[in-house]
Amino acid sequence: MKRAQLVTGLILVGAVIVAALISLVWTPYDPIQVVPGQRLLGPGWPHLLGTDGFGIDIFSRLLVGARTTLIVGIISVGIAAVIGVPLGMLAGQVGGWLDQLVMRVSDVVYAFPALLLAILLASVFGASTLTAMVAIGVASIPAFARVARAGTLQVVASDFVLAARGAGTSRWGIAVRHVGPNIAPVVGVQASVGFATAILAEAALSYLGLGTPRPTPTWGNMLRDAQQYLFVAPLQAVWPGLAIAVAVLGFNLLGDGLRDYLDPRLREVP
Amino acid sequence: MSLLEVSDLGIEFGRRRVRALDGVSFTIEPGQRLGLIGESGSGKTVTALAIMGLLPPNAVVSGSVRLGGDELLGLNETELAKRRGNLVSMVFQEPMTALDPTMRVGRQVAEVLRLHAGTESGPARERVVAMLAEVGLDDPERVADSFPHQLSGGQRQRAILAMALINSPDLVICDEPTTALDVTVQAMVLQKLDEALTSSGAACLFITHDLAVVSQVCDQVMVMLDGRIVETGSVEKLFTNPEHPYTRGLVATARLDQVAPGQRLPVVEDFYSGGRR
Ligand SMILES: Nc1ncnc2c1ncn2[C@@H]1O[C@H](COP(=O)(O)OP(=O)(O)O)[C@@H](O)[C@H]1O
Ligand SMILES: [Mg+2]
Repeated sequence: MKRAQLVTGLILVGAVIVAALISLVWTPYDPIQVVPGQRLLGPGWPHLLGTDGFGIDIFSRLLVGARTTLIVGIISVGIAAVIGVPLGMLAGQVGGWLDQLVMRVSDVVYAFPALLLAILLASVFGASTLTAMVAIGVASIPAFARVARAGTLQVVASDFVLAARGAGTSRWGIAVRHVGPNIAPVVGVQASVGFATAILAEAALSYLGLGTPRPTPTWGNMLRDAQQYLFVAPLQAVWPGLAIAVAVLGFNLLGDGLRDYLDPRLREVP
Repeated sequence: MSLLEVSDLGIEFGRRRVRALDGVSFTIEPGQRLGLIGESGSGKTVTALAIMGLLPPNAVVSGSVRLGGDELLGLNETELAKRRGNLVSMVFQEPMTALDPTMRVGRQVAEVLRLHAGTESGPARERVVAMLAEVGLDDPERVADSFPHQLSGGQRQRAILAMALINSPDLVICDEPTTALDVTVQAMVLQKLDEALTSSGAACLFITHDLAVVSQVCDQVMVMLDGRIVETGSVEKLFTNPEHPYTRGLVATARLDQVAPGQRLPVVEDFYSGGRR
């Protein structure tokens, strides 16, 4: 059962990655160039999924959109993990007022709507992929900090950490050699789930015009474009919607599957 | 000069200052093996943790613990870390949880070596494998490359023993090292501990609740009851001429061979039933 989740997740995520990689070297048509004579074609040949309101091949835009999606996911999860995990580990290992401080600040950030942050950044710097990534990344810091803190508390209270301290390991050594590897599975799971959240958030922001602007294709701004032709060409909205669903589902399944796979105690004896 | 001098050691826990240890004093000479015996909750583990400086932050410690003449109480983590695993090491009770599940056993042993000697990885590996063989592991190479969950309790406890012994500490504290193991494995681990201590000349504070076990490793024994030491002496003296009623109870329960068939087995409460604080 868990294995099936992991495999399905890997296949879906793999499909998104492959699409992104293909788009680097080849797309059936130009994903940017407007072609006035080819507007709103239905699915068929040679435009596999048809064309949008600008006459651009939808399949080509989907492929390039996968790339934007992955980049946004990687960067925003990266920002969240690089800041959140050390903060959570610090809070968990040092405890006391530092723990209180980190967790209260984290609560505040958590309570602050990511959308508001995105609007704020977009109005100051102009909406772009970068402002979307930063907004999503910052909003995801608390989730990583909490997961890392909870894991750290558990590890620090364990017998093997007491034994390691008894063998002369310093606090720093405990953090690097024992806490890090032991919380890696939960952080990995959080990263995968965080990826799904980031993809959804990016789509929402682009859809609202707070993320990557046209003509760069993202699944979110494709939805936005499709909206005005919803009654003329409803399939146009289906394709990016489907792509978003596949990616979000894939990363969620992957996260669930990883939870078990990464735990060495559950691994089979070779 | 004694290797370890514990004097008037007292420990209280938490805001309500619950006394766990009261006026405990003893010394261990270089190479001496001292047993510490007492029922569960009597304060054996906290005594060991106090010497190691590993008590939780809610513990209030008083008195003095001197190792090789240096006062340990009040030292900071850095100073303590220098001594732990090097001058004094500890074997914990629970072999199933005392090893990091994410790290190969050989690396965990090598880590203790690296922490104090800064040995390069090449010769470290050799010394680790040799040490694992010395504590009686048949297939030390394979054990070194295994994760803890791939080993049996007895194998793990011997790996932990290897970690405690690899830097040739002056003092090894063993906190009920065989309690979690079954009897045949227990005997083998004790024998290897005995051999390893003899060959390295390390002193040992051996904690147990089992008088039969203590007589296999130690010559001198202290009896602890409710955070106090109530009797001290040689193993023989304790067996033949126990003074404190609690000790008499311990001896009777350890000497089940002297119970006639059909007779009720003795329990400690037959001899000592309270006087608790
Ligand atoms: N972290 C702690 N907080 C509060 N009390 C503790 C703590 N650790 C031990 N104690 C108390 O100290 C006493 C001695 O415990 P311990 O040394 O573990 O006994 P044992 O002889 O079984 O090893 C017990 O009464 C126990 O409840
Ligand atoms: Mg104990």
